[in-house]
Amino acid sequence: MTHVVTDNCRQCRYTDCIATCPVACFHANDVRVYIDPDVCIDCGACIPVCPVHAIVEEFDLPDDQQHWVQINATAAKRYPLVRAKLPPLDGADAKRAALGY
Amino acid sequence: MAAQAPGLGTPKLPLRVAVVGSGPSGFYAAESLLESKLVVEIDMIERLPVPYGLVRYGVAPDHAKLKSVTAVFSEIAQDPRFRFFGNVALGRDIGAEDLAAMYHAVIVATGADDDRKLGVEGEHLAGVHAASAFVGWYNGKPECADLQFDLSQDVAMVVGQGNVAIDVCRILAKPVDELRRTDITQHALDALASSRVREIHLVGRRGPVQAKFTPKELRELGTLVGWQVIVDPACLDLNQQSQAELKHPDFAHAAKNLGILRAFAANKPEAARSIHLHFHRMPVALHGSGRLQQVVLGAQRLQGPPAAQVAVPSGERSTINAQLLFRSLGYQSRALPGLPFDDRKGVLPNRNGRLQTAAGQCLRGWYATGWVKRGPTGLIGTNRLDSVETVSQLVGDLPSLPTAKPGRDALLGVLGGKRHRIVAFEDWLAIERAERARGLLADKPAEKFVRVAEMLAAAETSGVV
Repeated sequence: MTHVVTDNCRQCRYTDCIATCPVACFHANDVRVYIDPDVCIDCGACIPVCPVHAIVEEFDLPDDQQHWVQINATAAKRYPLVRAKLPPLDGADAKRAALGY
Repeated sequence: MAAQAPGLGTPKLPLRVAVVGSGPSGFYAAESLLESKLVVEIDMIERLPVPYGLVRYGVAPDHAKLKSVTAVFSEIAQDPRFRFFGNVALGRDIGAEDLAAMYHAVIVATGADDDRKLGVEGEHLAGVHAASAFVGWYNGKPECADLQFDLSQDVAMVVGQGNVAIDVCRILAKPVDELRRTDITQHALDALASSRVREIHLVGRRGPVQAKFTPKELRELGTLVGWQVIVDPACLDLNQQSQAELKHPDFAHAAKNLGILRAFAANKPEAARSIHLHFHRMPVALHGSGRLQQVVLGAQRLQGPPAAQVAVPSGERSTINAQLLFRSLGYQSRALPGLPFDDRKGVLPNRNGRLQTAAGQCLRGWYATGWVKRGPTGLIGTNRLDSVETVSQLVGDLPSLPTAKPGRDALLGVLGGKRHRIVAFEDWLAIERAERARGLLADKPAEKFVRVAEMLAAAETSGVV
């Protein structure tokens, strides 16, 4: 079991998750973040702080979202580790509103 | 601007900070200082010879993945700008006024060790315990090592609606063979192996939407082999305010918890052993002659606006014949000698981490983080965010802090003068190696030392690797 970042993060990248993560498991590219399942300790602290509800425990992933497990595992190895909060992307608030949060 | 005297946190004037307490919030405060651009010297004092606070003594032994967060703390501790002073207690070995004279800033991260009482008749009866004492006991906390829990009883009650309450239920119920490969202490394993508990009642004042436990912990209760979770579906009928709360950001877990509870409620009773979840109930009296025999529960009703509902007694009474009770109504911090304390909230009075006197005045150079700052809420990671806030306050205060502080040398001088045994981080690593070696014999990741004297003896092997 791990936690995964789903599509809601794309074009938002609020990174409140990174500030609250007790280990170093978040990796980021220009548009979003990913969780390294080998490092995540499943504490769940990131879930409630995400403004766009992008983070889900693997157990709660619907069947049509299961691909995010592999995407996070792969992308986390490709992109750099980030340990401190980044500014949200331009347009993050607009996407957040569009998502209904 | 004209040339200024060198500021604090520069090579000529390193910022000297003492952190009191070595749990998550203390380590994250250290991390935040280390990651600042400042030149820092951090000394962490810990009253026990061993670090990590509630990760060692609170996190349940069967949650090994969560405990692996200690790897992060160990890395922080091995930064050359950081030093660990184990077996050094504020108020016992060093005074608050000493630390204030030695360091530019002191960050108190001592957590919350005391528990809240039920405050009902019969609480003194044998068989009535603090959940925190039980947790400390199975995790090997020295002050809990000699406690006795009579598990030869059939029916236990756990009062509370947080993850600690669920941990206690789960440890009581879990097949003991599944605990043997964890770092649970041997004395707990022995007692649990002969436990006769077959019925556990988890009781809480509020409803399923207001309960604080996380879905992950709640769901785990449903996976215990040989046990069944039983919920009265009627408890899951929500009033209008609770339905509104489901959409409120402070109730992020509620919808998921409700789904899990509905699945539990659909269970047909068939397993021999059962965990009964009760909502809107609270003990109002404990009966027994010497030992607990019966708990009287008073029904509760929620009233007030969404996100501010309170439980009030509605008058109906019921009884459960339980012989064991663990209260888990939340931790509260202990007052620290020489520092102000907010008795009502059970925390150090502070604003965003800056300590204040009872009159609301800023106590210059003093800070708090973690549970002693905000109360016992959140998950391990919540403390990282909290410590970042506290350290940013501290950094903002730098221009106003007195600069002449001797730091580490003065601390070493005072403790050395008393021939005090300081446990350095390398000494802890020796203790940890010894605990792991003891664990190997029993096929466990570690067999913890439960006495301070044993820890200190193991520390003496430091260097003999």
